[in-house]
Amino acid sequence: MRVVVAGYGMAGARVVSELRARGADVTAFGAETHRPYNRVMLSTLLAGKVREDDLTLAAPPPGADLRLGVPVTALDLARRVVVTPEGEQAYDALVLATGATAVLPPMDGVPAATAHVLRTLDDCRGILAAAGGARSAVVLGGGLLGLEAARGLAGCGLAVTVVHAGGHVMDRQLDPDGGHVLARTLRDLGVCVRVGARATAWTGDRLLLADGTAVPGDLLVVACGARPDTALARAAGLAVHRGVLVDDGLRTSDPHVYAVGDCAEHDGTVHGLVAPAWEQAAALADRLTGGTARYRGSRLVTRLKAGGIDLAAMGSVAPDPDAEVVTFADPARGTYVRLVIRGDRLAGAVLLGDNPSVGAVTQLYDRDAPVPADRRSLLFGRAFGAEPAAPAASPAFMPDHAVVCRCNSVPKAAITACWRSGARSVADVAAATRATTGCGGCADAVTGIVDWLSTVEPEVTV
Amino acid sequence: MESLSGMTTADTHCPYCALQCAMRLSAGDPVTVSGRDFVVNGGGLCQKGWTSAELLAHPDRLTAPLVRQAGVLRRATWDEALDRVVAGVRDVQRAHGRDAVAVFGGGGLTNEKAYALGRFARVALRTATIDYNGRFCMSSAAAAGNRAFGADRGLPFPVTDIRDAGAVLLVGANPAETMPPFLRHLPGERLITVDPRVTATARHGALHLQPTPGTDLALANGLLHLAITEGLVDEAYVAARTTGFDEVRRTVAQWWPARVERLTGVPIADLLATVHRLAAADTAMVLTARGAEQHATGTDTVTAFVNLALALGLPGRPGSGYGCLTGQGNGQGGREHGQKADQLPGYRRLDDPAARAHVAAVWGVDPDDLPGPGPSAYELLTAEKMRALLVFGSNPVVSAPRAAGVERRLAGLDLLVVTDFVLSETAALADVVLPAAQWAEEDGTMTNLEGRVIRRTRLRPPPPGVRTDLEILAALSGRLGAPVSARPREVFDELRRASAGGTADYAGITYERITAEGGVFWPCPAEDHPGTPRMFLERFATPDGRARFVAVDHRGPAEQPCADYPLYLTTGRVLTQYQSGAQTRRIAGLPGRAFVELHPDLAGRLGIADGDDVAVSTRRGSATAPARLSTAIRPDTVFMPFHWGGAARANTLTNPALDPVSRMPEFKVCAARVALA
Repeated sequence: MRVVVAGYGMAGARVVSELRARGADVTAFGAETHRPYNRVMLSTLLAGKVREDDLTLAAPPPGADLRLGVPVTALDLARRVVVTPEGEQAYDALVLATGATAVLPPMDGVPAATAHVLRTLDDCRGILAAAGGARSAVVLGGGLLGLEAARGLAGCGLAVTVVHAGGHVMDRQLDPDGGHVLARTLRDLGVCVRVGARATAWTGDRLLLADGTAVPGDLLVVACGARPDTALARAAGLAVHRGVLVDDGLRTSDPHVYAVGDCAEHDGTVHGLVAPAWEQAAALADRLTGGTARYRGSRLVTRLKAGGIDLAAMGSVAPDPDAEVVTFADPARGTYVRLVIRGDRLAGAVLLGDNPSVGAVTQLYDRDAPVPADRRSLLFGRAFGAEPAAPAASPAFMPDHAVVCRCNSVPKAAITACWRSGARSVADVAAATRATTGCGGCADAVTGIVDWLSTVEPEVTV
Repeated sequence: MESLSGMTTADTHCPYCALQCAMRLSAGDPVTVSGRDFVVNGGGLCQKGWTSAELLAHPDRLTAPLVRQAGVLRRATWDEALDRVVAGVRDVQRAHGRDAVAVFGGGGLTNEKAYALGRFARVALRTATIDYNGRFCMSSAAAAGNRAFGADRGLPFPVTDIRDAGAVLLVGANPAETMPPFLRHLPGERLITVDPRVTATARHGALHLQPTPGTDLALANGLLHLAITEGLVDEAYVAARTTGFDEVRRTVAQWWPARVERLTGVPIADLLATVHRLAAADTAMVLTARGAEQHATGTDTVTAFVNLALALGLPGRPGSGYGCLTGQGNGQGGREHGQKADQLPGYRRLDDPAARAHVAAVWGVDPDDLPGPGPSAYELLTAEKMRALLVFGSNPVVSAPRAAGVERRLAGLDLLVVTDFVLSETAALADVVLPAAQWAEEDGTMTNLEGRVIRRTRLRPPPPGVRTDLEILAALSGRLGAPVSARPREVFDELRRASAGGTADYAGITYERITAEGGVFWPCPAEDHPGTPRMFLERFATPDGRARFVAVDHRGPAEQPCADYPLYLTTGRVLTQYQSGAQTRRIAGLPGRAFVELHPDLAGRLGIADGDDVAVSTRRGSATAPARLSTAIRPDTVFMPFHWGGAARANTLTNPALDPVSRMPEFKVCAARVALA
């Protein structure tokens, strides 16, 4: 069976790798001539922390027929061929991985030389070139991508203002309290935030807002989302809503055509993230090679961890009278946690700032696993209730059964007994009990107990 | 013989783990043990070492050969037992070919015994079917070390270098329980640990990463990703001393922090702290052990940590490096001298014509008569074509994965011969059991976790009726028409010649030098060569002298939790027991029983209270042991120590999925369910 993949970005490349790993014949067409790159890393590139070369995705397992620089220009579903400038290519199964394009809002003055989107490597190069001679920047859109761009530009030394239409930044992921803590964190990092602001025009050095005010900036970065690239699918007559409609088998309205990634719409959702695209790629490759995997949707985790911002958001944290809500806020330190629990499962979570539990919370949500009986462990990242005893401040407070020397299983009681039998030094205790003779780590503790015994039981003699 | 009988003391080393703590034995009834000052253990011993002499006069000790007659093991003379073995071997080889007789060795055997066992298999039995339990222990680290550095010495530096390191990343190791005196060298305030459990070792350290079982490779790639994005790569070192970084760079670019955090559960902040601490220290080390290695992706997992160490410029730099903590007493020497399926003495390859010619000359045989490489341990133990098996220094009925299947296979053999000093679970199945001497009753050498060759010294001869392994091998060889020496010193001198010119070159090491110098580090090609405490300082042991980066990607465990088996099972060790427990379970001074460790939240959902008997089930079977509730373990994971046989045998449960390179089984993770028994 010949699988043809139209589009060789992160999703298309993943489909090729997954198919090759299973031994399938695959031909992939990509409009760009360069190897696919890791779009997740664009903001890291913007922040100057990696070089362009580091964005290149690893080559797929050998044997794939890659046609880079050759775009698919049309589909002929009846004859099962794709049309390219090089001619036609027949398929048994066709995978659309055409991705998405950045949205430019309907606004005067855009596009312009000083206005950029951040979607592709070329976009990133353009922004970096412009930032080199700039002192300030405006970012339109306070979602994940906008904030990543703002953080990157601030890191380049620019004064940055984020202009956001919603009531608080990242309003799709965060509750208002969380949004406010995040805005405060951004302010501390030199990023101003204007919320509830509707932009009307870009003048080339100012963003005009509907309330009559203006935000000055040497460049504008537009981060207003992306729109699925569905032109090929529409032209061929496939069912398209916002994206190309697919079922749990990633199949479109044509039984020989599939779609994955940013161009696909599954169960009413178009994902703009890599993780769902890769999950779809794995499921599809399995099905195309005889498996029965089904794609049932993805659990989305939004993660922002760069230059002073530490944010994880997942699921829904919207008010819900049936849900149990656990919150913790320490605004002075920029720490905020909101957990929404239904039954004993995590329905959503926001974690901002230094939260050691972030990995555990993410995995609980990811797996839909039961939350701990003591919710505090999800706030503070440590177990409560049965923690092993900390070293006692004084040997007097140490229980008799407390193990002093692990290597030789010597409890405090054995050392006390040893003292009462006449031992008067650490060496005596070591000889009699073997305490301190393993790793030696309890030497101070044994010394402390011997000193304490000599104080409280000085009269004991043998 | 260089017996020290007549002396009242013997300066030797502990019979258990690879740390090989120095001890002094004093004759008497009972024999007494004391710690001996030595750079590795500083006079310290753990309770296993202190109580080790209890087994010398234990009532379970075998003092006569046993031969199965009418289904029952009965005492026999040595001649009866050895004749039965040789007749059985000849019958099987005549009917089914030479390779139908298999040999299974152990990482606790002295260098002399490991060497003699390999020679016995290839010259006396002329079988290709030989491997050993080190396959279950060191093979992944060995494969990764050979791949990266061109040589595999667990620690390519003295253990004392660790104490002075500015930062240590310890992956999948719990030395606070497995080799307690090692903690003398482990700087807690500079230690970062990686373990799904908050072990005593993790508590000893300053930072603990607690990943999901089976995700270590992704963790390592994620750390290297951050080392790159944080600008911490030692570019000059990478350029001067390595090859292959570009492909690794591209692979780890796909392991951005959020992805790694989600998969492993380790917070990005902790990943960042880890790479910054390693990079900021003047000297730093990355050390792995079984937790990283005992996976079907173990070789690649170790490689991923080696890649991290290389990117940070650590290996081959004084005071820094990558190392693996060897487990069994002679886990290092035991993997160098030919009891491994694909290997000849001196860490030579069995498929290398020059190596075959060299060793055949030492053995006085035609190189063409040497068998080729054979199957790996688990494949050997379950091979249909095997009809006879000779086991030395191992108890695979307890220690092999999917142990119930191994047990059935061994019980169905035409001939099973086990050499041991107690009736282990494996010996209990045997047709012939040969009683062997213990460590205090024999001479020889061991190679500790640093690659330091040290002396095991005899306190007194074995009790009447008991022979050393070398004497047993010599007796069998003689009966098979290939006589060899049973004297340790003579065997060692032959080993020196056989290893000369090999990777693990012992040619310049003598018993006298070991005693005079407190051990000698290999390679040591000549008697006037000082030995090699630190390897790779000038060049790596690769053809071009450079270390090799190898791009590796996370694949995950062979078995993931599912609706039927929703939990991870991981297995490991406890302080009071050693390996299959055949020795330590019999020692009254070493308390302990099997248990299932699980988180109170998990136990609460399952209605399990502390101490309740719980059944752990996997696709291989079920095991039962009392519950031990602990917040030290992840709620999605249960832990069982593997030291026990019978109903509590953890290895009934483990997955024999094998690493494609090292053939290591996946002991450290499989899917399981837990219920009240």
